[in-house]
Amino acid sequence: MAAEQGKVDPMHQFSIEPLFGTDHWSIAGYSIPFTNSALWMAITTVALALFVMGGMKRQLVPGRWQMAVEGFTGFIDNLLAANIGPAGKKYVPYIFSVFMFILFANLLGLLPLMLVGVHPFTPTSHFTVTGVLAIMSFSIVLIVGFWRHGLHFFSLFVPHGTPWWLLWLIPFIELISFLVRPFSLALRLFVAMMAGHVLLEVLSSFVISSANSGLLWGTVVGLPSFILMIAICALELLVAGIQAYVFALLTSLYLNDAENLH
Amino acid sequence: MPQISQLAATYASQIFWMLVFFGFIFFVIGRGMVPKVMATVDARDKQIADDLAAAEAARKAADEQEEAWRVQSNAQRSEAQALIAKAKADAAAASENSLAKANAKIDARLSEADARIAVARSDALKEIEAVASEAAGDIVARLTGASVDAKAASAAVKEALNA
Repeated sequence: MAAEQGKVDPMHQFSIEPLFGTDHWSIAGYSIPFTNSALWMAITTVALALFVMGGMKRQLVPGRWQMAVEGFTGFIDNLLAANIGPAGKKYVPYIFSVFMFILFANLLGLLPLMLVGVHPFTPTSHFTVTGVLAIMSFSIVLIVGFWRHGLHFFSLFVPHGTPWWLLWLIPFIELISFLVRPFSLALRLFVAMMAGHVLLEVLSSFVISSANSGLLWGTVVGLPSFILMIAICALELLVAGIQAYVFALLTSLYLNDAENLH
Repeated sequence: MPQISQLAATYASQIFWMLVFFGFIFFVIGRGMVPKVMATVDARDKQIADDLAAAEAARKAADEQEEAWRVQSNAQRSEAQALIAKAKADAAAASENSLAKANAKIDARLSEADARIAVARSDALKEIEAVASEAAGDIVARLTGASVDAKAASAAVKEALNA
């Protein structure tokens, strides 16, 4: 944390810095340094790979770890079966990847690693990252929709039971709500992650400033802020899971539109 | 807000590394590992279903065997009862038969004895006649001094005895 004269910049945690002197890396004129954001994506990937690998013992009677991994795959499988039906089985790898990446990135970004001097970074608090996920989900919906239904896919914009005299308005509204989907997917996750981290940082700056200004303010302001921080940490753990679930759930609902129209 | 202020400088790096790591997650973990994990779950579910079906089949077989055993034991019991009844009837018939034989034997001996008695009686009667005619001849000779013809005496005795 950039604590300059006892002040905490709640936005500094989101700043991206190139690491290991890779500033000059570039492909076709685009600069692609290996940043702290990329490092935490890599950590997320490794953690997820280790987690799933631990569940690949393929025992008939599963151990705890295998049970946990099978619980996650079964959860995604049920989600898709409930929202799309039997055709949803083929999306399990993608939805699992999206859900687990967001979940692990969110949770790893919440680790109190400042205690050992490491600055945790949450890739999902950047809309460049969540935007990639949202555009991928939206592209899959478009590709599957047009692949399976051709131009009939446009009937998605005319819901069942539309009165004939509203036919000039409803498709327009439906089209806009359809086109907003990638933005809402990306922004929801990015805003939820950023807001939680900013809130924690602001509260922690209250604790630090009030504790520095003496026992009285430390007790009156710092202590309640600290208790509130603990509660919000628990809330953030919940939000980390809920946002991953919401992203996976909405993606599967959109895929249902593409698979089955209405 | 670094997300916006650093956007121009970092978007390429962010998107590039995101695609790299998410691609790794999707292709290696999502498509490589997850199907194996789910195959393990499916194999377990199938094994459980198979075991349940096998147990059900075994139970059915046991029921069938018990039913067959019951039918067989019923058949054997009725066979045994038939055998007992036949033996009883045979024994009854045999005892009746031997009773009848014994009866016949007894009857035969009775009639034989009767015949002997009759012979003995007629013999005794003849002897009595002879003795009586002799005695009558003697009595007549002693009383009257007249000798009586033996034939006449026996005729007279016969007449007196049979009267």
